[in-house]
Amino acid sequence: MQIARVIGSLVSTQKHRKFEGAKLLIVQPLGLDDAPRGNAVLAVDGVGAGVNEKVLIVLEGRAAGEALGKKAAPVDAAIVGIIDAVTVYD
Amino acid sequence: MASWLFKVQIAKVIGNVVVTRKDENLVGIKLLVVQPLTPEHKPVGRPLVAVDAVGAGVGEEVFFVRGKEASFPFYPVEVPADAGIVGIVDHWTLG
Repeated sequence: MQIARVIGSLVSTQKHRKFEGAKLLIVQPLGLDDAPRGNAVLAVDGVGAGVNEKVLIVLEGRAAGEALGKKAAPVDAAIVGIIDAVTVYD
Repeated sequence: MASWLFKVQIAKVIGNVVVTRKDENLVGIKLLVVQPLTPEHKPVGRPLVAVDAVGAGVGEEVFFVRGKEASFPFYPVEVPADAGIVGIVDHWTLG
C-alpha cells in the first residue's frame, strides 16, 4: 500500500457497469516526507475520502475490487483508509 | 537473476500508520511502514505500507509478499491489501 493525497475528483457518465455508484478520485502518491512521488493515479474511493485528505491506497486489482465491494471489477487502484498519522522512527 | 525479488521481499519496519476511517475488512489489522532492503541490509526502493500478519514491530527485519497474496493470512476475510508482512527474520547469511 502507498500513502497518497487526494488532489482531485473525476466524473464519468459512460463507464463499465461495475463502476456504477463508485466515486473516482485522483490521488498523488507521497514519500514519507509528504513530497509528491511518482505519477498521480485514479483510484476508486471505498471510505468516503475528500480532496486534500491523506489516504492509504492499494495498487493491486483484487484488493481494489474488494475495497469497491464488487467481485471481478475492472479496477486496479482503490482508497482503503484515511490516514490520521504516520510515524517513522529513525 | 532473482536477486531483485530478494531485494523487494526483505524489509525493515521503520514506522506505523494510524488509520481510523478505513475499509471494514482492515479493522483490527496493524499497518506498518516498511523499507525494502538489499541482501546487504541496505535500503533500496521506496518505502511502502504493509499489513502485518505476524506481530512485527518497529526496528525488526521482516519478509513480506506483494499482491493479492498479502490478504491470504487473513482468509476468509478479504482484506484489501497489496503488501503483507508474513515473517520476522531472525538472521540471514550470504554465500
